[in-house]
Amino acid sequence: MSDDIILETRDLTKHYGGVHALEGANFTLRKGEHVAIMGDNGAGKSTFVRQITGVEQRTRGEIFFEGKPVHFAGPLDAREAGIETVFQTLALADDLDVPDNIFLGREMTRWDWLGPFRLLNYKGMRDATLAGLEKTAVKIPNINNAIRNMSGGQRQCVAIARTASFHSRLTIMDEPTAALGVQETAQVENIVRTLKEVGEPLILISHNMRQVFDLVDRIVVFRRGRICANLKKEETDGQDVVAYITGAKTQPEYAETAA
Amino acid sequence: MAGGAHGTGGLTFDKSKRAWPNELNILFALILIVAIFEGLGQVLPYMRQQSFLFDSNGRFDSIFNEARLRIIILQVSIIGIIALGVTQVIITAGIDLSSGSVVGATAMIAMSFAQTSLVNGHPNPKAIFGEWAMDLPVLIPVLVGLGCGLIAGFINGALIAYTRIPPFIATLGMMVSARGVAKWWSRGNPISFPTEDFAWIGSGMMPVIWFMMLAVLFHFIMRYTVYGKHTYAIGSNQDAARMSGINVDRHRILVYSIAGILASFAAIILSSKNLTAQSGMGIMYELDAIAMAVIGGVSLTGGRGSIIGTVLGALIFGVIISGFTYLRLDAFYQEMVKGGIIVAAVVLDQWRQRRAGSKG
Ligand SMILES: Nc1ncnc2c1ncn2[C@@H]1O[C@H](COP(=O)(O)OP(=O)(O)O)[C@@H](O)[C@H]1O
Ligand SMILES: [Mg+2]
Repeated sequence: MSDDIILETRDLTKHYGGVHALEGANFTLRKGEHVAIMGDNGAGKSTFVRQITGVEQRTRGEIFFEGKPVHFAGPLDAREAGIETVFQTLALADDLDVPDNIFLGREMTRWDWLGPFRLLNYKGMRDATLAGLEKTAVKIPNINNAIRNMSGGQRQCVAIARTASFHSRLTIMDEPTAALGVQETAQVENIVRTLKEVGEPLILISHNMRQVFDLVDRIVVFRRGRICANLKKEETDGQDVVAYITGAKTQPEYAETAA
Repeated sequence: MAGGAHGTGGLTFDKSKRAWPNELNILFALILIVAIFEGLGQVLPYMRQQSFLFDSNGRFDSIFNEARLRIIILQVSIIGIIALGVTQVIITAGIDLSSGSVVGATAMIAMSFAQTSLVNGHPNPKAIFGEWAMDLPVLIPVLVGLGCGLIAGFINGALIAYTRIPPFIATLGMMVSARGVAKWWSRGNPISFPTEDFAWIGSGMMPVIWFMMLAVLFHFIMRYTVYGKHTYAIGSNQDAARMSGINVDRHRILVYSIAGILASFAAIILSSKNLTAQSGMGIMYELDAIAMAVIGGVSLTGGRGSIIGTVLGALIFGVIISGFTYLRLDAFYQEMVKGGIIVAAVVLDQWRQRRAGSKG
């Protein structure tokens, strides 16, 4: 295996009882690469993410992160290894404000000898939040308002700013702009570009063809739980991708598995 | 998105733009209720224009009826301490029905290690253990008592975290069992005659002092420590908390343990104040404590509420009870109205929540 592979899955499979949500996924991601995963609803994209991030335990297969086989017991393990994820169902605490949410579970603290009663460094977290959001031009009227009172787009931006605020070795976003308006989508895309500039690899799940072609280097198509295409952006176009998504086409190397 | 967003990059952290704190609403409710009692005192013919709040005896050194104010706060202090723990439990979207029984069990057990050997020169007639358990340093009954609360709370938390049974059921079980312990401990006999040091803990206005000190401590903890933040996070969105790497199970156990310790401290103060412990002590305290928290704006759905709110809720609670006494209404009216107020507070909270939801 070459050194510049960040993530590799071999034969990654997840069955929910009789439902074969993910079947034999072989996937690689290289250093600094941005890859899109596309596919119809129910194709197994989110399932794929949940296996990588340890939210669920795979039925079979192997996952290599930075060359080493990994078995994350939970999302925290994955995060500690450097994988930041924006899940499709947002993991935000509604009653807390923006810095609280961004730093939830890894607060800046003082007096750490107090254990669970160590003090929060509110100022540090607020400053870091402002700096982080400013960089991405995310508009939030008042970061000290509870998340509950924010629009869907603002909430999504908070979830994404959270992943962007920590230097991660891999970022995964599951349909980050599905519920957003044009302006809000643009902000999310800005964050993605920032990640590209600093060379952080990304897996982006999206249904938005324009977005995918704007942002990523490579497109992997899922169909009924299987990977059916792996396309370089320069060698494909929207129509071609749609053909793979709908099943009109299958790449020869996947023909056996993706029935 | 709001075009009116201002500040750098559309960001602000302007304190003045903060949402109106709910605690202020509760403070206004408190003032309103006091005003209503004051008004009724002036209006109701049989009251002969007595004042609820102010001095009616024409003394020159004071304008307030301090005796009444002192009774109000003394009355709520002990249950208020329980409410501080219950507040934290409810903020995690849990509930603790065991606090009243934990008070009973702790009072019995702690008092049995707090007894003095000689009462007026005679051997203690209520002695439960031999000489070895008498005249012990005050720290021993206190630590034993707090240990009881810790164990009860820990069991509550562990049951909820690891067997996944609802907090309502786990703490209901503890409520019944702890009361059983209280009755079994001395076969139902009261335990009396504590040492002077132990009697000091709950003497005079000490309950108020303990309540205030603990309220300040836990206000600080809930607002400025990781423990507080995670407590709110768990009640707000348990899955988000878990995904963020918070050890939700361990934190739950910690919260219930602290609630248990606070209940047992209330028991120590109560038994010290009464100079005796009885197995029936603390019956229904859990409901009063929950009521104080709920009146104080702690949301039963979790995630929202504060120690300040609960302290104000406790004061409202005390004012209402005291107000009924002042209007010379019988105790059973008090209970009826108390029930109504709890329901009203929950309805109000849900209404507020719906309004906040539709705004967002
Ligand atoms: N927890 C689960 N139990 C049973 N079936 C599931 C579960 N999660 C997902 N599935 C099924 O697995 C398939 C893939 O789902 P998912 O990965 O969410 O698709 P996508 O994200 O591509 O829209 C769907 O048929 C879905 O119904
Ligand atoms: Mg999905």
